[in-house]
Amino acid sequence: MESQLALIEQSFNSRYSCHVREALDELPDSFTITDPSICGHPIVYASRGFLKMCGYSREEVIGQNGRIFQGPGTDRRSVMEIREAIREERTIQLNLLNYRKDGTPFWMLFHMNPIFSKEDGTAIHFLAVQVPLSGRGRRRGRRSHDSGTEDVIFGSCRKEVCFDSLLEVGRVLEHNNSVLDSEDSAGVVDIEETCEANELEKRRAASAIKNILSVLTHYSELTGRLVCGKRGCCNGTSPLGSSVAISLGRIKQSFVLTDMHLPDMPIVYASDAFLKLTGYSRHEVLGRNCRFLSGMDTDPSTLFHIKESIRAERPCTVRILNYRKDGSSFWNLLHISPVRSASGKNAYFVGVQMEEGGCRNQGGGGLSTEMRHRSTVGAVRVALRTLSMGSGSSKVE
Amino acid sequence: MMLKIKRVPTIVSNFQAEDAGARSGCGRNCLKSCCIQGARLPLYAFKKEKSADGGNAAVEHDKEPPVEFLDSLLLGEWEERMQRGLFRYDVTACETKVIPGDYGFVAQLNEGRHLKKRPTEFRVDKVLQPFDGNKFNFTKVGQEEILFQFEAGEDGDLLFFPNAPIDVDNSPNVVAINVSPIEYGHVLLIPRIFECLPQRIDRQSFLLALYMAAEAANPYFRLGYNSLGAFATINHLHFQAYYLAVPFPIEKALTKKVTTLESGVKISELVNYPVRGLIFEGGNTLLDLSNNVSDACICLQENNIPYNVLIADSGKRIFLLPQCYAEKQALGEVSAELLDTQVNPAVWEISGHIVLKRKEDFEGASEGNAWRLLAEVSLSEERFQEVNALIFEAISGNSTLPDEDKIADVPKTVKGSTLRLTMVGGTQECVVLQ
Repeated sequence: MESQLALIEQSFNSRYSCHVREALDELPDSFTITDPSICGHPIVYASRGFLKMCGYSREEVIGQNGRIFQGPGTDRRSVMEIREAIREERTIQLNLLNYRKDGTPFWMLFHMNPIFSKEDGTAIHFLAVQVPLSGRGRRRGRRSHDSGTEDVIFGSCRKEVCFDSLLEVGRVLEHNNSVLDSEDSAGVVDIEETCEANELEKRRAASAIKNILSVLTHYSELTGRLVCGKRGCCNGTSPLGSSVAISLGRIKQSFVLTDMHLPDMPIVYASDAFLKLTGYSRHEVLGRNCRFLSGMDTDPSTLFHIKESIRAERPCTVRILNYRKDGSSFWNLLHISPVRSASGKNAYFVGVQMEEGGCRNQGGGGLSTEMRHRSTVGAVRVALRTLSMGSGSSKVE
Repeated sequence: MMLKIKRVPTIVSNFQAEDAGARSGCGRNCLKSCCIQGARLPLYAFKKEKSADGGNAAVEHDKEPPVEFLDSLLLGEWEERMQRGLFRYDVTACETKVIPGDYGFVAQLNEGRHLKKRPTEFRVDKVLQPFDGNKFNFTKVGQEEILFQFEAGEDGDLLFFPNAPIDVDNSPNVVAINVSPIEYGHVLLIPRIFECLPQRIDRQSFLLALYMAAEAANPYFRLGYNSLGAFATINHLHFQAYYLAVPFPIEKALTKKVTTLESGVKISELVNYPVRGLIFEGGNTLLDLSNNVSDACICLQENNIPYNVLIADSGKRIFLLPQCYAEKQALGEVSAELLDTQVNPAVWEISGHIVLKRKEDFEGASEGNAWRLLAEVSLSEERFQEVNALIFEAISGNSTLPDEDKIADVPKTVKGSTLRLTMVGGTQECVVLQ
């Protein structure tokens, strides 16, 4: 786990400098920042307000994924909506039921914004602001069940949903799972009923986002690696969006993805494990051809074999001497394979590295080298099958 | 009057033949007694304790799970079979796209899936039909098509045996490839394969399917089930599963809560989706969720109502979809235009993943025509509410369960430990049906 924490430290500091935490710590709001490029899409920063709201300490939260705050009463469809907003790198706002460390549930307005890198337009972080709801949201029709506990009936709704009553009819009504006795709604569904976080709460969320973004933007200027809150102000387009990055980020194995159709077949994705194995940082390898891994004693005939396989768009497995950033060498059991995109045509090459005699337990457990090679290729294929998909909205209106 | 339709069955095994006459004396390396001696397969024994919830504050682990071991095993074995050439075509070479629109129906152009063969007759008016050993079943597949055995282990860690013997007497559950895959990783989960169970859901088998979804811990790995009469082609109990890293339209559809059972399971209805159906989620335990859904399925089976089931969200959301398309087709009530697309609306199609065999259908695929096709599948509102009434009655009073299902409730496990299922008496809150 330490290596993940180290990655987290590095990811945050290299982007915003180590001074940003002080500035963020001054803000009163509850918010978290997560990094989709790190395996597990973990929280890399949690504000004091957030920790206070949910009852956890910083150590318990950094490195965890946001799902630890979900529980039995959390609406699954809302979870899916958040997942898809992440995948599509867009903003989302909805009411969500979360759980504190002591197990008590609470409703909040969840507002999430991607933070884009100005140089290539990728979403490098996600910023989420949480506004606890007072429970006095506007309700039409039904009598309120305010009994002092959180026995109120909320609808989950989003800011973006338009005000067509037909749509509001379809909203899921939640009642707090801590109250299961029949004294509650008795399951009768009054489908006209909706609730919104009130205007004040929504404005709180919006202004918190604005403040935090401005802090982050300011500090990113210090490192020169600028960010912005909107994709539009970014220069290039990234070859792989955060959606694929997240799918690929679940793969624990060391591997890279190179783009077959770009000149000199540059690396467009590198896993955390690859960075750990070779000692490079992500921005040192993206955009480069893999040949930087070879060195003085690398067998040229092996290189030739690789080149030939690439040319023929054929998989191959080789044992090649590679070099880390610090100059040390290692024997790499390398498997490469062409991978198709959703168009059905070959578009990428995946290279899976396994250090001979190296750390055997990268989650592979009882699987052989060949099996680990193949399972990585398989997982990459699944992720890339949907690469060109989902550029549309996942919002159902 | 017996209702039948004609269609070309999908080939799921390289050993499936239209005329499933007895193939004597083997050499085909199948699973029957002629070849099974000494056969070995990887064995994945999962840890049984799982909670249905999303992972509470109290629970230890819970980060975005890395590619779980089950995923690695399944994908690795699948890729290996692909390199060996066991599939009828390379599914990743089939163009696929999301149809523009709110729901994001997924269309795939796949000319190879459907054979240019003589269509066979399928009886569609009986959801429960006895197993017929003469017809194709999964004991006839080649051993190379089986990827691994999938069993419940003891209460401990997950166990993996790369090369375990196949204990025929203990009737293992196996995972096999579908040689006509819809997507990468398309497999079949066959519970207790040697017991040759017909295609019908029982509590034990459904629980196994739910465990598999939970083990994979991947919201993009879903399991599906088609009953007879709802486009299951093979009358040998099986579930299907595959990976698709986008949400299915049905998962995005709005829902309207109907009730919460005493077991903690929340039941909702689909809203504003072409097919009417129920969604089950939550539950105090995975077992509660599993039992409620199984009981609903059993009720439908007993009432001869064809249905499909989609297990989504790593086993946390289950869609139950009664349908009547095959019946309509047999009665000649489906338009020729729809029949020409040769899309058989089974669980994946209903969920919004549509495989098209003609290029013009793929090019012209729109949310409108996907909707139209699926709307044909749905029960009418009145019929749906009648069916719901049946289901709710069945779930709340377990006394409606036939006896043999109660006895069979104990799944076998590796090393002989058993999982005892408790019957949950669900008293649902007042259900108002419009």
